[in-house]
Amino acid sequence: MASRLIGLKPDLRHIKTGDWIALMLGALLTVWLAATLWQGGAADKAIIRSGGKIFREVPLSRDQTIEVPGPLGLSQIAIHNRQARIAADPSPRQYCVRQGWLKQAGEISICLPNQVSVELNGGSKRYDSLNY
Amino acid sequence: MTALTTSNLGEGGPRKGEADGFPTATPLPIRTWEKGEGLKPSSITLATTATDHHIARMAALALGLSVLEAAIPSPLPGVKPGLANIVTLIVLARYGWRAAAWVSLLRVLAGGLLMGNFLAPGFFLSLSGALCSLAVLAASRHLPQRWFGPVTHSIFAAFAHIAGQLLLVYFWLIPHTGLLYLVPIFVAAALLFGTVNGLIAAHYLDEPQAEPVQT
Repeated sequence: MASRLIGLKPDLRHIKTGDWIALMLGALLTVWLAATLWQGGAADKAIIRSGGKIFREVPLSRDQTIEVPGPLGLSQIAIHNRQARIAADPSPRQYCVRQGWLKQAGEISICLPNQVSVELNGGSKRYDSLNY
Repeated sequence: MTALTTSNLGEGGPRKGEADGFPTATPLPIRTWEKGEGLKPSSITLATTATDHHIARMAALALGLSVLEAAIPSPLPGVKPGLANIVTLIVLARYGWRAAAWVSLLRVLAGGLLMGNFLAPGFFLSLSGALCSLAVLAASRHLPQRWFGPVTHSIFAAFAHIAGQLLLVYFWLIPHTGLLYLVPIFVAAALLFGTVNGLIAAHYLDEPQAEPVQT
């Protein structure tokens, strides 16, 4: 049985005409889903939250550094070249800092210990009604 | 005390059981079953048909495959080959949708018990996937057999499976749109494994039927 499984060549006789159509439809669906769901879209503003509340919403068009207070101290958020990152943070493990630059809409960087987060937002927020 | 007892025994005096004035316990009636009289070990026999046996055997096979693939590491939780569905496809083609539904659902139930996640989220994910793919199979098996074979059924069932799981995940476990980023990966895996499983099922269906079952 094992040898038969290994010797199982992709036998194209088993694929009938309709199977090819199903295969093509499946491939099209996959490509379409990837194209739709993975195009993050250009981001044009950064939403900075502190303690769950929106601290500031800043446009990405202007380079700047923003300091956000949290329970552990100040988090520094840098905006540069239409990208945003958390440049410095007092959190012990520095996950959000190491995440690096956020480029596309929907990307988010969260410093949980300091309760600070930065989220990039596109002009057309497609799933607005689904957000909590 | 010791001397008295030994001397009593030597004279064939009262036996130990009768020392307190109680007669020796007579054998209890419960012992009679050992001799084949009276009570007998009861057995409950369910009337089973050959189909039941076959479904049970196929479900056990599917269960073995799902345990086997639980040992395969996966890059992303939820992406797995779904080898057990090969069995479902073969049963669907040979014995019809009802038998396939039995095999699939028995496999989910027994798999949950075996893996220890019965009634845990993982179990409900399996269940919703299985139910969705069974629903799709119920429709897709009416496609003309001239053109559509197990590969089509397998692909459709795989898509339905992942759709059912993702819907449950979204509405129950992770109601966050970040899930959408993973959807293309899951769908691509469903297409790949659906095709491969369909080909394997078609391969085995082409062989002469090993054990015909009387229904």
